[in-house]
Amino acid sequence: MIGVGKVKQYGNVLDKPLNKGKQEVSLSAFAFLFSELVQYNQTQVDNIGELERRLEDAGYAVGARVLELLCHRDKGNRRETRLLGILSFVHSTVWKVLFGKVADSLEKGTEHEDEYMISEKELLVNKFISIPKDMGTFNCGAFVAGIVRGVLDGAGFPAVVTAHFVPMEGQQRPRTTILIKFAEEVLQREARLG
Amino acid sequence: MATTACFIIVSRNDIPIYEAEVGVAAKREDAAQLHQFILHAALDIVQDLAWTTSAMYLKSVDRFNELVVSVYVTAGHTRLMLLHDSRNDDGIKSFFQDVHELYIKTLLNPLYLPGSRITSSHFDTKVRALARKYL
Repeated sequence: MIGVGKVKQYGNVLDKPLNKGKQEVSLSAFAFLFSELVQYNQTQVDNIGELERRLEDAGYAVGARVLELLCHRDKGNRRETRLLGILSFVHSTVWKVLFGKVADSLEKGTEHEDEYMISEKELLVNKFISIPKDMGTFNCGAFVAGIVRGVLDGAGFPAVVTAHFVPMEGQQRPRTTILIKFAEEVLQREARLG
Repeated sequence: MATTACFIIVSRNDIPIYEAEVGVAAKREDAAQLHQFILHAALDIVQDLAWTTSAMYLKSVDRFNELVVSVYVTAGHTRLMLLHDSRNDDGIKSFFQDVHELYIKTLLNPLYLPGSRITSSHFDTKVRALARKYL
């Protein structure tokens, strides 16, 4: 087996150190694992909405853990208390750790005060996936939307997060946008904190 | 070494997920309940205070007779609360940081549901060892 015999064995997981370790995971290993995740959930549900929800829930669990771990490792134990702070944390730190690069863009929605969008030309999880026509607007980026929702919810900024395809002219594959809609209480608290 | 100390981890939804009495003094039967009551009452203050600063260690937030409540808030708004009668700020801060690391390691377990009680006896042993070391 690869790597066996090289790693020091710890009696219990609580004794292992929390340091960074290897920064990279094999892309193909992740792609296979993710494709299995999607296929497994497909057998369990009856409709597309349910499938999206399941992927989102899987991402939510990841997001909750990523938040705590990254604040401890990369931010030297500083919490985020402001909206822009947590959004730039997601846009840069979380994206860098999960996907190896910062997200392409972070925009504020023009129509509503509580909407923000993180855009990516090609989401890593969608790299090897093409959606058949009869699945309509289904987007496996729902997994990433779940991760973002997990991070925001954990930090105390409840939001509804969804993933959408935005067709771009001149490109064959559409751009993916993660739409974040914050709950009312977040805006009220932001206004109160000035 | 503090003579009385009560340590509680409270989740985001105000549910205690871990509690331990870590002092050395002889216990009265109602002392444990009194400690939990004091810590519970301090939760409101912690909630307001948590949004005013981006630091995690909130020092001492409340007093009751000669007991002091110190709180450490993690990124996921899990509160580590300690009720004690000593003034050892540095020791308490190191204690909180080490327990925070233990908490993160527990959280990384995919079989642990965030917000549920921590039942691992290994975790309990380590927390008590840390308390003996720092408090």
